[in-house]
Amino acid sequence: MPRLAAEALSRDTTRRQVSTATFPQRVKVVEVGPRDGLQNEKSVVPTSVKIRLIDMLSETGLPVIEATSFVSPRWVPQMADHAEVMQGINKLPGVSYPVLTPNLKGFHAAVAAGANEVSIFGAASELFTKKNINCSIEESLERFSEVMSAAKAASIPVRGYVSCVLGCPYEGKIAAAKVAEVSKKMYSMGCYEISLGDTIGIGTPGSMKEMLTAVMKEVPVGALAVHCHDTYGQALANILVALQMGVSVVDASVAGLGGCPYAQGASGNVATEDLVYMLNGLGIHTGVDLQKLMDTGTFICNALNRRTNSKVSQAACRL
Amino acid sequence: MGTVPSALKHCLSHQHLLKEQLWIGEPTAPPHPAQESQASGLPEYIKIVEVGPRDGLQNEKVIVPTDTKIELINRLSKTGLSAIEVTSFVSSKWVPQMADHKEVMRGIERYPGVQYPVLTPNLKGFHSAIAAGATEVSVFGAASESFSKMNINCSIEESIEKFEEVAKSARNMNIPVRGYVSCALGCPYEGDVIPAKVAEVSKRLYSMGCYEISLGDTIGVGTPGSMKRMLEAVMKEIPLSALAVHCHDTYGQALANILTAIQMGVAVVDSSVAGLGGCPYAKGATGNVATEDVIYMLNGLGINTGVNLYTVMEAGNFICTALNKKTNSKVAQASFSTGTMK
Repeated sequence: MPRLAAEALSRDTTRRQVSTATFPQRVKVVEVGPRDGLQNEKSVVPTSVKIRLIDMLSETGLPVIEATSFVSPRWVPQMADHAEVMQGINKLPGVSYPVLTPNLKGFHAAVAAGANEVSIFGAASELFTKKNINCSIEESLERFSEVMSAAKAASIPVRGYVSCVLGCPYEGKIAAAKVAEVSKKMYSMGCYEISLGDTIGIGTPGSMKEMLTAVMKEVPVGALAVHCHDTYGQALANILVALQMGVSVVDASVAGLGGCPYAQGASGNVATEDLVYMLNGLGIHTGVDLQKLMDTGTFICNALNRRTNSKVSQAACRL
Repeated sequence: MGTVPSALKHCLSHQHLLKEQLWIGEPTAPPHPAQESQASGLPEYIKIVEVGPRDGLQNEKVIVPTDTKIELINRLSKTGLSAIEVTSFVSSKWVPQMADHKEVMRGIERYPGVQYPVLTPNLKGFHSAIAAGATEVSVFGAASESFSKMNINCSIEESIEKFEEVAKSARNMNIPVRGYVSCALGCPYEGDVIPAKVAEVSKRLYSMGCYEISLGDTIGVGTPGSMKRMLEAVMKEIPLSALAVHCHDTYGQALANILTAIQMGVAVVDSSVAGLGGCPYAKGATGNVATEDVIYMLNGLGINTGVNLYTVMEAGNFICTALNKKTNSKVAQASFSTGTMK
């Protein structure tokens, strides 16, 4: 078994003669564990552990690591140490460390703490927006436009997220056209990339295809990313379909950190290890060292005193 | 238990959405299945072969009482599944979990339209199975010599000879035989397995009369890449309609691999209720893909299976309670409250 696992882990594009006719040659993996992952974990993690986590992730070859969120600690206690984290991490050249900035205040705080890239979170559901940030979609986009202007003036790239793209915990079904509309607005505002989030993991390859078909009419596929949750075990299949349609940016969370706040006890983010394993097997280049990634997952799971949600880690570590 | 579990009731629309996804209360097909699946080039209908009572339980640590096995199978028979692998006529010395094969075979209710295949590794097992009332059998080959040696203590060629004896007797008695090829995407001893070898073994099984060949990713190491390469090789030798995939979720790749297979036209998928059955080659890791999660995906693709997801979840709930374990199905986990199942 050790030999097989080692083989599986060392798979690289040069050895695999896979037909790449239907898949991108390279995929950018956006690591959201330190922010989206930890934000949805019950235990509050010490600043030093967060910094170590991000530093270890930086060593894996991941090109983008979402570091923290400049949101009020009253709402998100886990991210209260955002300035310390931002200032404490070792920023590797060639790696981006975007941070969430829900409004202008958060944006200024982020820049003051040294952020070079920010993210804003929209949603394709009115009810979700109301419950989450207490305003309508239109109002949220107005708030974002303030951030966009400030970011443009400071030459800071902005990534846009659209939540509930395949279903909403409050509204239920979400029309693909609505997702396309919100994505278009955020892209037109100046977001360089739109990450489409299946927030409750309810999507399947069928609904993913339908949604992407609609969005791709409004936003170029090169500016699209998918952010799939594995709550119903559908994440990798959904990601596969997205890749087949030309999407080449995929969000994931080391060790599958981050449960689902809408389905008690269920999992949330897809595990980066499992994603990279699949991409390796497809001969798609990611630049990520799977073994180092797994080691990082082990580190944070020990720190959180929890089991990993990554199946690759579960399988390979029992050698 | 016909109502939506209370865990969902905190959110009306979520419940409504899930009702659509799970087709709660509707015994058969989803809305517009043919249109959706046809437009995408996928099969309109996929047969699910439920292997939980055999492959699943065989790889569970706890020995399950005969009554519990029978009840599980009876519950599964009511879900719309058309094939349920019930037990294995193998020596109880090797597989204690399956020691009660005769009692199980005789004790289950046989629903019309449902097949109840059993494993028969050799002629002795075959005769024993027939005596106990079996009307369909399965034989297990492998695409790896080392695996064959370690698992059944003989070479691939020797195992084929044994299966030919079974197939011959089965043919004489009009008993259909299903063939499995293990290690189709990798072997715990040999590592990589070449697609041509899988094709060769599949062809031998098909030629001896197996009506269907189930290609098993025994240790779950496969990915959509290796699944595609393997199927391309096998499809040169075996008609598509005679192929099935048996994916393990040990590395989380099962649904992506199954999707790849169905995109290539495969229309038979093996799975195990509640994802029963760990992986004997990776301690603590999962094994079989969960039937619930497969059906959820197929439903979402507009593919008809004839199976009611909710009743499968109930059967999964039953067996997990009996085994005192948590389900491996993510759909079940998300749909019921944590830990205690109702």
